[in-house]
Amino acid sequence: MTESTIDADAGVTPPDASTAEGRVFTAAGGDWADIAEEAASLGEERIVVNMGPQHPSTHGVLRLILEIDGETVTEARCGIGYLHTGIEKNMEFRSWTQGVTFCTRMDYLTPLYQETAYCLGVEKLLGITDDVPERATVIRVLLMELNRVSSHLVALATGGMEIGALTVMTVGFREREVVLHLLEMITGLRMNHAFIRPGGLVQDLPPGAIDAVREAIPTLRKGIADIEKLSNENPLVKARLVDVGYLDLAGCMALGITGPVLRSTGLPHDLRKSEPYCGYETYDFDVQTWDTCDAYGRLRIRINEMYESLKIVEQTLDRLQEMGPGPVMVGDRKIAWPAQLAIGSDGMGNSLDHIKEIMGTSMEALIHHFKLVTEGFRVPPGQVYQSVETARGELGVHLVSDGGTRPYRAHFRDPSFVNLQAVAAMSEGGQIADVIVAVASIDPVMGGVDR
Amino acid sequence: MTDGINNADELPATTSPTADIVTTRHGMFGNHGTGDTSGYGGLVRSVALPAPSPRPYGGWFDEAADTLAKTLEAAGTDPDAAIEYVVVDRGQLSFVIRREHIVAVAQALRDQPDLRFEMFSGVSGVHFPDDAGRELRAVYHLLSITHNRRVRLEVTAPDADPHIPSVVEVYPSADWHEREAWDFFGIIFDGHPALTRIQMPDDWPGHPQRKDYPLGGIPVEYKGASIPPPDTRRSYS
Repeated sequence: MTESTIDADAGVTPPDASTAEGRVFTAAGGDWADIAEEAASLGEERIVVNMGPQHPSTHGVLRLILEIDGETVTEARCGIGYLHTGIEKNMEFRSWTQGVTFCTRMDYLTPLYQETAYCLGVEKLLGITDDVPERATVIRVLLMELNRVSSHLVALATGGMEIGALTVMTVGFREREVVLHLLEMITGLRMNHAFIRPGGLVQDLPPGAIDAVREAIPTLRKGIADIEKLSNENPLVKARLVDVGYLDLAGCMALGITGPVLRSTGLPHDLRKSEPYCGYETYDFDVQTWDTCDAYGRLRIRINEMYESLKIVEQTLDRLQEMGPGPVMVGDRKIAWPAQLAIGSDGMGNSLDHIKEIMGTSMEALIHHFKLVTEGFRVPPGQVYQSVETARGELGVHLVSDGGTRPYRAHFRDPSFVNLQAVAAMSEGGQIADVIVAVASIDPVMGGVDR
Repeated sequence: MTDGINNADELPATTSPTADIVTTRHGMFGNHGTGDTSGYGGLVRSVALPAPSPRPYGGWFDEAADTLAKTLEAAGTDPDAAIEYVVVDRGQLSFVIRREHIVAVAQALRDQPDLRFEMFSGVSGVHFPDDAGRELRAVYHLLSITHNRRVRLEVTAPDADPHIPSVVEVYPSADWHEREAWDFFGIIFDGHPALTRIQMPDDWPGHPQRKDYPLGGIPVEYKGASIPPPDTRRSYS
């Protein structure tokens, strides 16, 4: 049986596609009536639709190849790789510290998780996990939980937009701005922070940051409550989400799915509880689950997780206030950069005392600074696997060192990459409109998928 | 460790696992591309990954290794043939598995209730071009939610014969991971349902994350001077 393909993309028809794949109709710029008539004349029900890679509801450059029979999807396949930028390869040509600036750009909605996972891995390779100052660890938790809120807000906002709930989108992005302002205040950037470094942090919290975060929490709670009111019991939202994108526990296990999708089956698997890192075992929070295995459960889990994250954020603020100022980098001067970065009137810069020392009094300090920054530190040979629970699931970092100043190999097991494998299981047999909901409930970020 | 197999693929290094030497480092400072005027330019040192660990491994590792050996034996696989050696490093357990037995080992790790590594966390390829006969490595990360444990499996393959059996039939999640390892390293996973490129375009030549594949890039001119791309400029590694 020959196969008809409607290329719903911007009218690009490969020259030899009709010979290879059967009849190709280009649904752009032509007369739709002619195309429909021609398709009808062939008497075929089976149509392959290419959705994406440039489509607003495919979450970036995800390409879905759907075989449809009427409105029913009979086969769904993902095409990925459109955002592959070779980050892992690039990291092999930069120092261990510079690696942070690369991995933060993978999943651009959860940059602080990549940074933390990578740095925890490097610290484990160096054997300095216990030397990282408490203050740095607490700030890492603060940043990660803020990041979880901002990422979930985008997930709900874009998911809402795709089913026509535009107010959910505007509220979601409005509240995300609140979080991004906080992240910008603390790290200097809204995303791609490169703030967490092997051994600690690049610098301490700026003055007033704790108060600013504390003030923002009620605003965020109210914003999340707005989303709840708009979506939780909304009959339109429920009609679109309930029992859509169904994937039970057996399916999740087989496909390696983690994060909200796995927790929507009722399994309370969260690496923050099962393999605590950064002292998560000392924080009071609950793992959110739902038992419906569907997109609606994932929506509710994401909303509830944001409240839990804000609970953790409050605890970190209390701890930071209690412990007072202190170092945010390991004491080992062979790892910690000598420059105590301090925000100057120009917004960024080195400590003037340090500049005075290396430029005026100590040649050795200058050499040390130069060597450490250009060459970097050496990491003993070996390999580690370090995982953290991001907003999307398990982010695993596999680092291999050959004893040099650069990662020999850095591999990121991105949760979006793995979770996207569930698209076929979630959407085959359903309506074509439900594919959008299923993909949105996975919440893939193509920057992380393709790396 | 006894080794009953005398395969053409097996190399001396695999039968005497005293150290896992992967490459050699020349000179004192790791700089390449310019003369080393320090006098240490002739220095050659070998780089070894953590050596095979002797028993006891500590913690639950011994029990898990015993259970795995028993399970393999019950399933008709010689554990000494399947498990090349065990490395415990930085609190993490690795089994180095001979490639022909990887599916049996994965099956045992998944199905034995005392092991129950039900979650497959991925495969990453690693390329050691100087480790003759063991150039390519596939590193599998497994998670047991039941017992809250992690284990790592390593399988090596020579560049000349880059075949490793696919574990997709045991862990369906391995599908995309193995495609990625094929795409970036050229490891051919035999038995994979559709081993095609996943990140690079279908007609891409070569496997970009291998060490013999250049990073690429063009020289950048700045104030009259030309700065070469990162993989060809002088560096300290």
